[in-house]
Amino acid sequence: MNELMSGNEAVARGAYEHGACFGAGYPGTPSTEILEEFAKYDGVYAEWCPNEKVALEVGIGAALAGAKVMAVMKHVGVNVAADPLFTLSYTGTNGALVIITADDPSLHSSQNEQDNRNYAKFAKIPMLEPADSQEAKDYIKIAFDISEKFDTPVFLRMTTRVSHSKSIVKLEDPVDTKDTTKIRYNPAKYVMVPFNARVARVGVEKRLQELRSFAETFPENRVEMNGTDAGIITAGMPYNYAKDVFPEYSYLKLGMVHPLPVKLIREFASKVKRIYVIEELDPFLEEQLKAQGLNVTGKEIFPYTNEFDPGVVKTAIGGNNGNLIDLSQLTIPPRPPNLCPGCPHRGLFYVLGKLKAFVAGDIGCYTLSFMKPLEGLDSCICMGASIGMSHGMSKALKDKGKGKVIGVIGDSTFIHSGITPLLNMVYNKSNAVIVICDNRTTAMTGMQEHPATGFTLQGEETKTLDFAVLASALGIDSVRVIDPYDIKNTRTVMKEELSKDGPSVVISRRACVLLKRDQADAIKPLKVNHEKCTGCKACLGLGCPPISWKRFEDMSGVSIEKKTKKQEGIAVIDTSLCNGCTLCQQLCSAGAIEEV
Amino acid sequence: MINGGKNMLLAGVGGQGILLASEIICKVMMTAGYDVKKSEVHGMAQRGGSVTSHVRYGKKVFSPIARKGDIDILISFEKLETLRYLDYLKSNGMVIINDAELYPPSVNLGDATYPEDIPETVRKYFEIVKIVNASDIAVRAGNIRTVNTAILGVLSAYLDTIEAGIWESVIRTSFPEKVIKENIAAFNLGRKA
Repeated sequence: MNELMSGNEAVARGAYEHGACFGAGYPGTPSTEILEEFAKYDGVYAEWCPNEKVALEVGIGAALAGAKVMAVMKHVGVNVAADPLFTLSYTGTNGALVIITADDPSLHSSQNEQDNRNYAKFAKIPMLEPADSQEAKDYIKIAFDISEKFDTPVFLRMTTRVSHSKSIVKLEDPVDTKDTTKIRYNPAKYVMVPFNARVARVGVEKRLQELRSFAETFPENRVEMNGTDAGIITAGMPYNYAKDVFPEYSYLKLGMVHPLPVKLIREFASKVKRIYVIEELDPFLEEQLKAQGLNVTGKEIFPYTNEFDPGVVKTAIGGNNGNLIDLSQLTIPPRPPNLCPGCPHRGLFYVLGKLKAFVAGDIGCYTLSFMKPLEGLDSCICMGASIGMSHGMSKALKDKGKGKVIGVIGDSTFIHSGITPLLNMVYNKSNAVIVICDNRTTAMTGMQEHPATGFTLQGEETKTLDFAVLASALGIDSVRVIDPYDIKNTRTVMKEELSKDGPSVVISRRACVLLKRDQADAIKPLKVNHEKCTGCKACLGLGCPPISWKRFEDMSGVSIEKKTKKQEGIAVIDTSLCNGCTLCQQLCSAGAIEEV
Repeated sequence: MINGGKNMLLAGVGGQGILLASEIICKVMMTAGYDVKKSEVHGMAQRGGSVTSHVRYGKKVFSPIARKGDIDILISFEKLETLRYLDYLKSNGMVIINDAELYPPSVNLGDATYPEDIPETVRKYFEIVKIVNASDIAVRAGNIRTVNTAILGVLSAYLDTIEAGIWESVIRTSFPEKVIKENIAAFNLGRKA
């Protein structure tokens, strides 16, 4: 049976068909749906972990017991998991362990554009790279087989375009599997003290040599001979872009991007007049080919940054893309993503933006509040950075920073990597104030459970982390809980905590407006009473999507009495979009905002 | 045209049902025996942001995204978004525009103005421009949330090699039972619009 599947759905399906029984990960675009979909299949165990390091370590334990395991994360998640990763390469896996890294060329939803193929080379681990959903399903199976055969972790590298594009996949029945897990004692293999690790280190090089030989005849390193004018060496999604615009060229499509089949590449190169290496981001293949003395063309003509498309490939090699319409002649206001109507972050960041303080931010929907009009956040580096940064800044500023440094972090992000830096703040006597934006879910990636939601990935009820108790246990003396829908109290509590000595934690608690489970009250949308609106624009300072500004001169057929001489228009609320959070009502001194 | 198929680009604003609409187109083309691929990017609080979905079908499709200048049909769920992606169209491409205005933040704040006469601007570049009031159709079909199905109805009239029955059967499997009737009604009204 054929089905239209995203690359992520196909990976989950392939793992299930191949008898994988164990998955661990942390949500992160574009990887999230892999574990979510996998968790739905019969007979599998899957869990969200607090972060990627934990997920990989959980995976290592399960694999050493003999399970077939995948650890799933986005590209920057591998940075977090890098510590166990490099030594895992030494111990090997016993069962099978595939690490899925979902890279994000063009930074659609990430803070950087790192090319995780480098991790494969760095950690001396083989890496497969599918180009579409069918290959995603096939390659996860091959990855498990290579892991078992060579006793090595294997990377499966996805990119946003492979993860989130959909194409036709042929479904197969799952294979019968036996549970072969048991406790296996093998200190020479598992105890990586220098004495053992030196031996394992030699084994890693031997394994890499064996994988190089394997790569030479690996069928997914595929040669497609057509014309001999030009040959293209590529892997993953760029293969499709090239095939689209240069079907007449010959191809060496690498299903495995590390280690490379050097003989196969030389043989291919000898059959064509010139070689183009087509790869997004780093010249990862190109540099290795050039080191082999091959004369190839790569980043001289292709961009280093952003994902490609067929047009990029065509333009680089010299084809004509036709005459495109010049959009610069048109005035097109941008449409960036925005916090949702009724988003609980809006009230908090409205207040923070008005305080004269540096707000070290973190990774989450709330990062969007750096934009106008909220301008409530001043930095964003990586998961958990807000807490360490605010502490460091507060220490460096000494008295100048008193009452002026705030760290803001989401609930899931705090659990991911905020606990240790918070402990550091206590230990090293910080003066910064940390706000945990507790919206009861991992909102940005689409409502995933975490240790403070009370549910597991597979929907079981479980213990619920209490942030206030945790903060107290770490030694925070002042822990306050606020409702960010209450602007006045939010402002009062923030000012009080900033004026105190020592670190404080403020828990800004209100469920994400998209999280249906936790919505207590029915939505009562609001409207603007035109008779009362004075046109002061205070409500517009929230940047809430339903609220817009209408000038009198643009309103035909409506006569509204001016409340002041200077009044130029009125605010209007699109009631169909309003979620009734009442923030605008609280800001309206004229009392013009009312329930519909 | 690729191998007897077409390249389409659906554009609009997060929350308008674009991803479901492109999913339905893909399933229709699959049922009709074509290879099909589609691509969009989600994540990073896309609500309210600009959203696109590429759909390509034909005998064999490689890339899930089309290059600029290679789209046969631009299906725009919101007027302003039409302009943003005009350079993706072929010179003889066609444009379906939903007559809906959703203001981006800069317009809401009064810092920018919403462009006037968008259909006229589009007509300067392209001959085949179909304007449709999908909200009006959706209301007539009995459910304002059938805007995307109404637009699919409009599109279907231009894809004459695909039987209406295929569209209907895919639509029936794409929505919860209680709203199928309204969606079929919206599709048929759109097809005749």
